[in-house]
Amino acid sequence: MTPVQAIIAKELRGYFVSPIVYVVGAVFLLIFGFLSYLYIVFAGAQAIQLMQMQGGPASINLNDLVFRNLFASMRFVLLIILPILTMRLFAEERKLRTFEFLMTSPVGIHEIVLGKFVSILLIYLGLLGITGLVPTVLMLFSEFDWNPVLTGYLGMALLGALFLAVGLFASALTENQIVAAFVGFGILLTFWLISGLGALLGDTTAGHIISYVSFMEHYDRLVRGLIDTSDLVYFGSGLLLMLFLTHRVVESTRWK
Amino acid sequence: MIDVQNITKRYGHHTAIDRVTFSVAKGEVLAFLGPNGAGKTTTMRILTCFMPATEGTVRVAGFDCADQPLEVKRHIGYLPETPPVYQELTVTEYLTFVGRLRGMGGRNLTSALDQSIGRLELGSVRHRLIGNLSRGYRQRVGLAQALLHDPPVLILDEPTIGLDPKQIIEIRELIKSLAGSHSVILSTHILPEATAVCQRVVIISGGRIVAEDSPEQLSARLRQSEKISVILKNPSADCNAKLREIPGVLNIFPGEQAGMFLIECALGRDVRDEIARVVVSHHWGLLELRTISMTLEDVFLRLTRHEDGLTQPPATAHKGAPASQETTP
Repeated sequence: MTPVQAIIAKELRGYFVSPIVYVVGAVFLLIFGFLSYLYIVFAGAQAIQLMQMQGGPASINLNDLVFRNLFASMRFVLLIILPILTMRLFAEERKLRTFEFLMTSPVGIHEIVLGKFVSILLIYLGLLGITGLVPTVLMLFSEFDWNPVLTGYLGMALLGALFLAVGLFASALTENQIVAAFVGFGILLTFWLISGLGALLGDTTAGHIISYVSFMEHYDRLVRGLIDTSDLVYFGSGLLLMLFLTHRVVESTRWK
Repeated sequence: MIDVQNITKRYGHHTAIDRVTFSVAKGEVLAFLGPNGAGKTTTMRILTCFMPATEGTVRVAGFDCADQPLEVKRHIGYLPETPPVYQELTVTEYLTFVGRLRGMGGRNLTSALDQSIGRLELGSVRHRLIGNLSRGYRQRVGLAQALLHDPPVLILDEPTIGLDPKQIIEIRELIKSLAGSHSVILSTHILPEATAVCQRVVIISGGRIVAEDSPEQLSARLRQSEKISVILKNPSADCNAKLREIPGVLNIFPGEQAGMFLIECALGRDVRDEIARVVVSHHWGLLELRTISMTLEDVFLRLTRHEDGLTQPPATAHKGAPASQETTP
């Protein structure tokens, strides 16, 4: 077992003995299920309306009515929930003075950062996997196009990974977990809100740059079923940048 | 094994340690003594590559802390001030994690695990969560962690803190048994610990080393002159002058009670028999005659209160040091 694997195993163990994963996971799944239910009922109501108007069986687009709305709503849920999952990763180590132990172990900082990130990413992907029940069950009773659903899931995975990296970075900044959660939340909210500023500036250079920096349009394209290399590059580079910054912050705590 | 040359650590304008130089040979146990905030922990953190020194070089087991930190870390077992334990893990899980971080695995790890659990008598709690253990057990788990990979260099920041007296003795015995095969640096407030366990003591105060020697030598070096306490039943008015005539006597001070005298005499001269003879011949009535020697505690307090310590010992203890260890002749 390599040191990175040892860190992943230890973090997973830490998450599953603490109530945090159960509570946050339950809330996440509850919200996902509830939103799915709402959008499906809403789609059903529209179908009935159409049937009455047309006097025959009506076809409705579940991809548009259910999944697009669902994935769009999940942005905000992820933004609030994921910093709570990541807040303990470094803050707790510093609070409990195990940070010094980690830093004096013969392990590179990049291995520590990577191990912690992968552990929480696995938990998140696990939760995402459970939500796969919704489209699976829906498939039994109706017809829809799987491709945009899969790109939507890809979008959720990439967006979540980016959010987790931001949360990890916030956790490295402080030894207070609540502060870490709020800093992570604040950074993510800022990147959400600047998309509005980008839209306001419209077709100018500044407008384009700001829109590109915000995760909104990249995620929306994936949810609409479009896989664009520039969006994948955005998520990939954002993720690497956040992990690199985390590495620098962890490194810098040695100098203080 | 450990070679520290002129390390300085500054935090902004505050100098935590200032040109500290010392070395530890293979198999030697060195105690780091000093009041809180003296720079003990900072020095240890630099040795373990947790933080870099502002100036100076540190070599551990032949590797430079700045150039090959991973190699240095591989050769060190470190117990920080607070035992670095994860409360959500059991003792075995925790030590397994520590071993894996150090690249151990398989049978190697299992035997190291059993050995360090045995050494620190953790067998009865090995499957319990660390969060449910007492302070003493956590401290021992921390020590087990430092010893797990059997490192040539051990750095222990206050290893006996939080232990009960029986455990303290056991840990001291353990450290003593490590001497010879391991180089150990331990920091402590407790002076008898330094005397009991270490071959050499470094006293650090205000970020600087104020003294470095064996515990016995340190007290001897500081003891510039010896003092003898005499209690007389019926001293005469001229007894002060009479005693002063004895060759080797430097000074006489009145003691805390009536009839008590503190006689300061030149180092290495035993004038006790002379004093006894003079007292008896004048019929002053000898009730008590004893030497007062300084303990490491006195040395420590003296050195850390006055930074110029050894070079210019302040003229204190005129009234006789209350904390002095008394040796009756």
